[in-house]
Amino acid sequence: MLPICPLADLPRGEALRVPADPPLAVFHTEDGEVLAVDDTCTHQDASLADGWLEGCEVECPLHASRFDLRTGQVDAPPAKRPVRTHRVVVEDGHVYVELSADTPNLPPGVTAGSGR
Amino acid sequence: MRSVTVVGGSLAGLSAVRALRAAGFDGRVTVLGDEVHRPYDRPPLSKELLSGRMSPADLALESEDEALDAEWRLGVRAIALHAADRAVELAGGGLVRSDGVVLATGARARTLPGIEGIPGVHTLRTLDDGLALAEELRPGRSLVVVGAGFIGAEVASTAHQLGLAVTVLEAQEVPMAGPLGDEMGRMLAALHHDNGVRLMCGVGIHAVHAGRHGVDRVELVGGRVLPADVVVVGVGAAPNVEWLERSGVEVANGVRCDSRGATSVPGVVAVGDCASWYDPVSGGHRRVEHWTGALERPAAAVATLLGRGATVGPPRPPYFWSDQYGRRIQFAGAADLADELSVEDGSLEERSFLAVYRRAGEPVAVLGVDRIRPFTRWRRRLDALARAA
Repeated sequence: MLPICPLADLPRGEALRVPADPPLAVFHTEDGEVLAVDDTCTHQDASLADGWLEGCEVECPLHASRFDLRTGQVDAPPAKRPVRTHRVVVEDGHVYVELSADTPNLPPGVTAGSGR
Repeated sequence: MRSVTVVGGSLAGLSAVRALRAAGFDGRVTVLGDEVHRPYDRPPLSKELLSGRMSPADLALESEDEALDAEWRLGVRAIALHAADRAVELAGGGLVRSDGVVLATGARARTLPGIEGIPGVHTLRTLDDGLALAEELRPGRSLVVVGAGFIGAEVASTAHQLGLAVTVLEAQEVPMAGPLGDEMGRMLAALHHDNGVRLMCGVGIHAVHAGRHGVDRVELVGGRVLPADVVVVGVGAAPNVEWLERSGVEVANGVRCDSRGATSVPGVVAVGDCASWYDPVSGGHRRVEHWTGALERPAAAVATLLGRGATVGPPRPPYFWSDQYGRRIQFAGAADLADELSVEDGSLEERSFLAVYRRAGEPVAVLGVDRIRPFTRWRRRLDALARAA
């Protein structure tokens, strides 16, 4: 379990980019859900934490791909592959992420371990 | 409506096919494309494809499991549209008749008179253009880029990073002054200088000279001569609309459309770089050549074609991005409407900032350089204002 932050530090409607390899994005939806995915858009190199959160969907800030944060599925192109999701646990007012063991879907030209 | 022909097999055409199927249209869909390639993404051509970071396969726009049930006829060129029965005539003979037509023929790179056929002189619009240019961008060579717009600036940035000696020539005194205004155009000019790329503004080209192995030097008006192993001409794009000349479809710098993609001919809509939609915000027609328009607007045009145009809201304000010298530049809205410009975050000096363009106090455009998160919020505000207009 990766400790992220106190829940109070992540207001509803906000997102946090967490340095990791590859980096994570943790979202707190307006409905109060906390969801985590890989931060890098699967289409091209952009940070989903900088994107637009609407419901439990995020729109990539560069090219407008939309992902369902619960499933990682692509809801709107140009992305072709789902973004990897991670399980979130909120305990005693603190957010934790259990990193997925799946292979991340990173965009062409971006590799895990590149120190980003 | 039982059948639709989409003329054009790039992003706008593909997006139209997707929108048809998403709208529940289960009739016949035929796509005509003059390139032989399946739809691919063009923005990386001036960046990741040239630098080798992406391969042609990485540019594919369709996902492997995408089932659109369309007939793709590639490598065929439309030469006329017969509006009465919505028949598209093909070069080499043949007619494709359907109940509805989506015009998505895009644009082609403009060039300079008298340079066609000189080895080493390139334009950049297609995958084949990109692969041909990538071959020539070798370290140590001299590259002259004609035009400091998006394509020119991105090619200059990529080639500089690849180790070429790059000079950019721009006819106007300030590059990008049209889309961004003078002050921000000067900031983009400074990005070239910051990175050791020479940018010469207000210059005209007298001639491009060839030696035995192709292009050799570029001669400016006034006599100055620049050595050049490679020349890239990035002087804008012209809409592919000549084939519609006698069709009855109204054309004026692109196919004239209302704000939902309808042309002057019933059953025919137009999208992407070939289309000039009415823009309610500025009160005029604008031929928006941005990628995002080709991605998003076909949904509205398809709704119009299927008789559901009344449900379509106004288009989102134009948006584009550009990557130059490691900086991420994003712009939304229309700068030419503005009477005021202010930097709200960061500073021009650090080349990282957010600037807002306003008219009578209301935001009409926003520019961000390495300010992605605040830019996203401002862009949403512009979207909301456009919907309320």
